[in-house]
Amino acid sequence: MLLTWMIFIPLIGMILVLLIPRGQDNTARWITFAVTLIPLLIAVSLFINYDRGTAGIQQEFSVPWIESFGINYHVGLDGLSVTLILLTALLGPICIGASWKIEKGVKAYMALFLLLETGMIGFFCALDLFLFYVFFELTLLPMYFLIGIWGGPRREYAAIKFFLYTLFGSVLMLVAMIAVYLKSGDPGVRTFDIPELVKLAKTSGHALADPAFQKWAFLGFFIGFAVKVPIFPFHTWLPDAHVEAPTAISVILAAVLLKMGTYGLIRINVDMFPAGINYWSNGLAILAVINIIYGSFCALWQTDFKKLVAYSSIGHMGFVILGIAALNKPGITGAILQMFNHGVISGMLFLLVGVVYDRAHHRDIKGFGGLGAKMPIYMGITTLAFMASLGLPGLSGFVGEALSLLGAYYGSFDHSRLLTILSTIGIVIGAAYFLLTLQRVFLGPLNPKYEDIEEISPREIATLIPLGILTIILGVWPHFAIDMFDQNVDAIVKAVDATSKAVGILP
Amino acid sequence: MNSVDSLQYFIPELIVVGTALVTIIYDLLPDSKDNNSIAYIALGGIALTLIAIFATGAPTESLFDGMIRIDGFSIYFKVIALVATAVTIVFSIQSRELDPNTKGEYYSILIAVNLGMFMMASSTNLLMAYLSLETVSISSYILAGFLTHNQRSSEASFKYIIYGAVASGTMLFGLSLMFGLTGTASISEIGAKLAGLIEDPDSRLAVMVAVVFVLTGLGYKIAAVPFHMWSPDVYEGAPIPVTAFLSVASKAAGFALFIRIFYLGFGQIANLSTTNWTLLLSIISALTMTFGNLAALPQENVKRLLAYSSIAHSGYLLMGAVLLNDTGIKAILFYLTIYLFMNLGAFFVVILVANQVGSEMISGYRNLVSRAPLLAISMAIFLFSLVGLPPLAGFAGKWILFTAALQKHLYWLVVVAALNSAVSLYYYVRIVKAMFFETAEDQTPLTFSFGNRLLLLAFVIPTVLLFILWEPSYEVINAVIKDFTPADVGKLAATVSQQP
Repeated sequence: MLLTWMIFIPLIGMILVLLIPRGQDNTARWITFAVTLIPLLIAVSLFINYDRGTAGIQQEFSVPWIESFGINYHVGLDGLSVTLILLTALLGPICIGASWKIEKGVKAYMALFLLLETGMIGFFCALDLFLFYVFFELTLLPMYFLIGIWGGPRREYAAIKFFLYTLFGSVLMLVAMIAVYLKSGDPGVRTFDIPELVKLAKTSGHALADPAFQKWAFLGFFIGFAVKVPIFPFHTWLPDAHVEAPTAISVILAAVLLKMGTYGLIRINVDMFPAGINYWSNGLAILAVINIIYGSFCALWQTDFKKLVAYSSIGHMGFVILGIAALNKPGITGAILQMFNHGVISGMLFLLVGVVYDRAHHRDIKGFGGLGAKMPIYMGITTLAFMASLGLPGLSGFVGEALSLLGAYYGSFDHSRLLTILSTIGIVIGAAYFLLTLQRVFLGPLNPKYEDIEEISPREIATLIPLGILTIILGVWPHFAIDMFDQNVDAIVKAVDATSKAVGILP
Repeated sequence: MNSVDSLQYFIPELIVVGTALVTIIYDLLPDSKDNNSIAYIALGGIALTLIAIFATGAPTESLFDGMIRIDGFSIYFKVIALVATAVTIVFSIQSRELDPNTKGEYYSILIAVNLGMFMMASSTNLLMAYLSLETVSISSYILAGFLTHNQRSSEASFKYIIYGAVASGTMLFGLSLMFGLTGTASISEIGAKLAGLIEDPDSRLAVMVAVVFVLTGLGYKIAAVPFHMWSPDVYEGAPIPVTAFLSVASKAAGFALFIRIFYLGFGQIANLSTTNWTLLLSIISALTMTFGNLAALPQENVKRLLAYSSIAHSGYLLMGAVLLNDTGIKAILFYLTIYLFMNLGAFFVVILVANQVGSEMISGYRNLVSRAPLLAISMAIFLFSLVGLPPLAGFAGKWILFTAALQKHLYWLVVVAALNSAVSLYYYVRIVKAMFFETAEDQTPLTFSFGNRLLLLAFVIPTVLLFILWEPSYEVINAVIKDFTPADVGKLAATVSQQP
């Protein structure tokens, strides 16, 4: 029941916020902040009490919902989801803190954000395909309004692009989902239950285990998730959406929504379609490398600070995909760890961009200069975030990327060594654009326009500190997170290996 | 059952006839047009009919020597028709387009259409099918052209008449061929005999021609491509309540008749390799939804946009028809119910906005969220439900249709439908965008009566709740069509032939 509370408390909070009489904006802000603290407390307690020794589902709760279609309200926690739930819950209060300065339609903003939080937490907890899909779609509506109403100059374009793109992906996923349901058995025993389907897909002889079916079902789900991640060539919505969204929404978009795509890839495409992933892993690896190199090069050219971070996100997600494509223990461990780390780091990066944007009202990198003289604390935190993102050992970004690359080097896809070496170019480019940005924005002579620029405020520091601490902890003690999903990774890798040998794809 | 014994089951229809007559006669009284009393009398008649329907229970009988049949299916559609008619009457009271002097005729013709729809949902005889179709069609022609001094309305009516006449003429030709081939006008008996006929190569062509011609008439009623060309102009030119009515009730009745004729009549021959109705129907379905969606994309007039979108929804509904069995019927019934609420709700908002803002264009909806928040949020709910986004009821409906089509392994059709749903987001969201994102010069708040708010909520709540209460609603539909399957055909034929 704890998970259900965690999922629906933001929804109840949303109704509370909507009932606040008009004009009491501060009440709305504080109530939302308080409401977002509750899932955080629950998530922390779940994290601490999580049994790290087993790969099974914990905190499971299931009630029948739509029996005619074998749909249950089935939620549960396992290694894959527990870190992401913590990330989502943590970002709730942080984003509300970052949204404190919003003046227009505060009530509606807070209400929509709470609805978004329900959708995100519900997505990570869902263990029934239908529920999974409903929560996946549920996040689209609030995002559309949040970007479209509170965003930048081209917000309407960015919002509808985001909405249409993601909806296209997800309706194809819907078709694949229903196909999986229909194949799961005879009428009467069909199910949408994810653990059940995963088991059936590995039972030789079952319709779901048929490699031919898995190949196509994999594609259907893949397109839906590929738009979310985003994987080249479905990535073009991301720069627009990130740039135009308000700061807090960019944070949640980069940190959580992108992870919904990769989480789905692991939970469904890898776990449920082992023959499918084996078949497509070559293509996946190539797309991953394109993400890394293309994303990094695009970031290099950017002069808009936020767009630079957006493209760097595309690059970093490439490492996650590369790790997944490797289909071995270091690869998948690296991928999951990188998901969490990137969420933390990119959250920091977007918050930092927001800080300077609030003061200067533009994000042109070339328009700054020497800010370090006036904003030393801000420069320090930004340096930390940049170093983490480019993969400096000692900070969390390094561990995820290193493990992914290690796994990819010994990966099961073709030309694994060549592709891995190519991916390291992405790291070098990453260092290039971050260091260049650091130099252009903070170092050098002070730009006279910003003589009076304010230092970073305590509120803003408060939103950054938790993320900063996590970055450092996970850099020196990654097992803090890896322990949570170690068992699950073992189970996944074993299953993929077993099935692939069964269908004779791997030698 | 002979005619006299059938009367006891025919009471709802008799009440409807009575209401129509009372409405006309009341209209003759002086001062009857000064207020809305005619409308209230019509509403009263509808309420009485509803009571009579529920009082009759759920018998399964063949009435009037096999002309019509009362069963769960027909009762379900009768209720849908009554709800739609009642809502249309309420809309018409609100409407500022209609000429007050012609109220009596308007409401009585509306009741006449209602009666026709009752018959369409119940007919089991070719003659009755045609008669009821014509009743609905002719009355609809008049209703579409009711704004006598409006050129678009007259043009709409004219196009409707010409197109409808040709379509029903073709259908009559097909029906007569059917009669000639099988020697009987009873749909279930035709079903039994067609199976033998289609085997015979001499009569195969005749059967196929007959079926296609009948499909023409039915396709025209449900506005399926390529029989849809009347609908955009008619929906745009007719008064808004009539458009709402046509897009929901008339379509539902069309589907009821379609199901009766195709499942009971042609169901036996559907699955033979010589006649690939599945392919034909799925192509029509795909074309209809694609056309409807593509045509709605550039629309600036909300009424016309909703008209094209309802063509697209016919396309989705036809996906349930391709399966030609139980699951498909259930899918159609479920989707029609949900569609009733969301589409009528959307049209209600159109009426309210047209009354106060004076515009049917998207630009008239600008900044509606600050001028009339309840209206804007309700409209957003209806539009997102029409797209098929969870957690709204429209998603449940689309889901069941997709599942029905996938069971027949029609992957391409479902992918087309899924892509179409995504495309439809674009034009629905343009209205949402105008309401929420754009600013308008005129910022005066709009006012609505309490009754209007209540009616709006009456549409919004099912659109949201039918998703959560999916299972109970689906159970109801299961119960409704329990005695409807084509397996019943043999039983029906036996009962009919035993009539005195």
